[in-house]
Amino acid sequence: MGQEKRSIKELEDKARALRRNVVLSIGVGVAGHLGGACSAADIVAALYFYKMEHDPKDPKKEDRDRFLLSKGHVAILQYAALAEAGYFPVEDLKTTKSIGSYLQGHPDVRKTPGIEAGTGSLGQGLSIGLGMALGMRMDGSTRKVYVLLGDGELAEGQVWEAAMAASHYKVDNLVAIVDRNGLQANGKTSDRMNTEPLRQKWESFGWKALHINGNAMEEVVAALDAADKIKGQPTVILADTVKGKGIGYAENVVGFHNRALTRELYEQAMQELA
Amino acid sequence: MSYQNQRIAYGETLVALGKENKDIVVLDADLGASTMGKMFEAAYPERHIEMGIAEANMTSVAAGLAQTGKIPFSNSFAVFSGGRAFDQIRQTIAIGRLDVKICGSSSGLSDFGDGATHQAVEDMAIMRAIPNMTVLCPADANETVEAVKAMVEMDGPCYIRLNRNDYPNVTEEGKRFTIGQPSVLREGTDVAVCATGYMVGLALQAAEALEGELSVKVIDVSTIKPMDPEVIRRAIGSCRAVVTAEDHSIVGGLGSAIAEALCEDPKPMAFVGIKDTFGCSGHTYQEVLAYHGLTAEKIVDAVRKLQRSY
Repeated sequence: MGQEKRSIKELEDKARALRRNVVLSIGVGVAGHLGGACSAADIVAALYFYKMEHDPKDPKKEDRDRFLLSKGHVAILQYAALAEAGYFPVEDLKTTKSIGSYLQGHPDVRKTPGIEAGTGSLGQGLSIGLGMALGMRMDGSTRKVYVLLGDGELAEGQVWEAAMAASHYKVDNLVAIVDRNGLQANGKTSDRMNTEPLRQKWESFGWKALHINGNAMEEVVAALDAADKIKGQPTVILADTVKGKGIGYAENVVGFHNRALTRELYEQAMQELA
Repeated sequence: MSYQNQRIAYGETLVALGKENKDIVVLDADLGASTMGKMFEAAYPERHIEMGIAEANMTSVAAGLAQTGKIPFSNSFAVFSGGRAFDQIRQTIAIGRLDVKICGSSSGLSDFGDGATHQAVEDMAIMRAIPNMTVLCPADANETVEAVKAMVEMDGPCYIRLNRNDYPNVTEEGKRFTIGQPSVLREGTDVAVCATGYMVGLALQAAEALEGELSVKVIDVSTIKPMDPEVIRRAIGSCRAVVTAEDHSIVGGLGSAIAEALCEDPKPMAFVGIKDTFGCSGHTYQEVLAYHGLTAEKIVDAVRKLQRSY
């Protein structure tokens, strides 16, 4: 299926629907990665409902764009998008992390339609994406691989091995997107392990770096389109975001990295996202 | 022709298979001249990817390639391909059951000069502990050729352990390799020696030395995993005791695998292997093996000692 043309307003509605799906997946009383899912919801909405060529009816379709969630702990965000796109029923999101569910705590390629590879041992997604991009290039495909990373995750050395290799091989069908929400599990990224300055790092590794507000749909869409025109080198989109975006009580609060919601907080979030 | 070196057999076989099978892709981390990935690089440069000295990235790139329908062979020394990249193998390749082939070259003590840092004495234990993983350890170059063919035919993750050095073949050339099937190389009725890799040849020497004294069966266990207890029990047959022999730690390797397979209907056992220590440098492979007690004589001693115990 080609993507239908959606307006910025419609994409913003999709992002809100993804956040609602995220809250639905977490439910009440079981810990879930709310903050990092909400920070990246606009990016993921733009990929699944604007940019990527993909088919919920045929997840393994030959010539598709691919998405890898290197920050696999926010699997619920990818599930939210896959359900919203029609890969599986939205209702099933409630089974997330239950025994026997095909929706595991981290993306599982054997269990969930639309998952391209298992991720979540941080720092590995960009390498997997590079392998896919190289394989697709060998096959003459013009499709792209999009990899979403966290800013805290960039402390993993393997990210930079992949960054080096991608520019060495001039892999221009690979787009990295950094969800730069500035917080990680145990505090501010700048305090725990400063991964900045990101732009200079990526540029010195040979990447074209675009810097946007990752919670502004217009900027996200424009950056994804701009990446199409960058040839001969890989592109990274440094997306400044707010952790917990869209849910007032969770915005910029470290404690909502991975935490259970009370019935009250659940309802409050759903009302805010209505 | 028959090769006398597993690495060359590996490299040449990949070239031969790659001619017809365009999905085969080979990756190296600056050791292609040693793993013999360089042969594939020379034949099909567009399907060989040099990853630089970055094994973690190489292994995850192989996972990505597999997800686009390729059959990637990710090569390095066993300490790196099976050790350093453990997490990459576990997380994406094994959990996802991806069709990635990992080559642990210069395994065991076979990289005799480089010492403990480069001698993988625990790679089989590591790989064997990972669910979904197949672990192969061919006895010689002949068996390596056939094992590589079997790796391409199977779908799913597979680790192959290879030796660095030249030594004569002990298995038949061109004999089809069936994953999970050990081969009896010498019949015997008293004690069975289950050996893997280079130690298979030493086991045959030991059986020869004991001729007239004890009837020793020699079993080449070239699949370390999967290991079906029933298949192993059948191969051992009526032998009353079992000696295992491996160029690997006795913790978690062939000996452990055989013991696990036999535990419900046990036989007296002895392990000839590295006694939970790291390796060390030496001037020859045989010298380093002997220093760690990996000789035909030590297998003979183990067989005799077991024989006395029952």
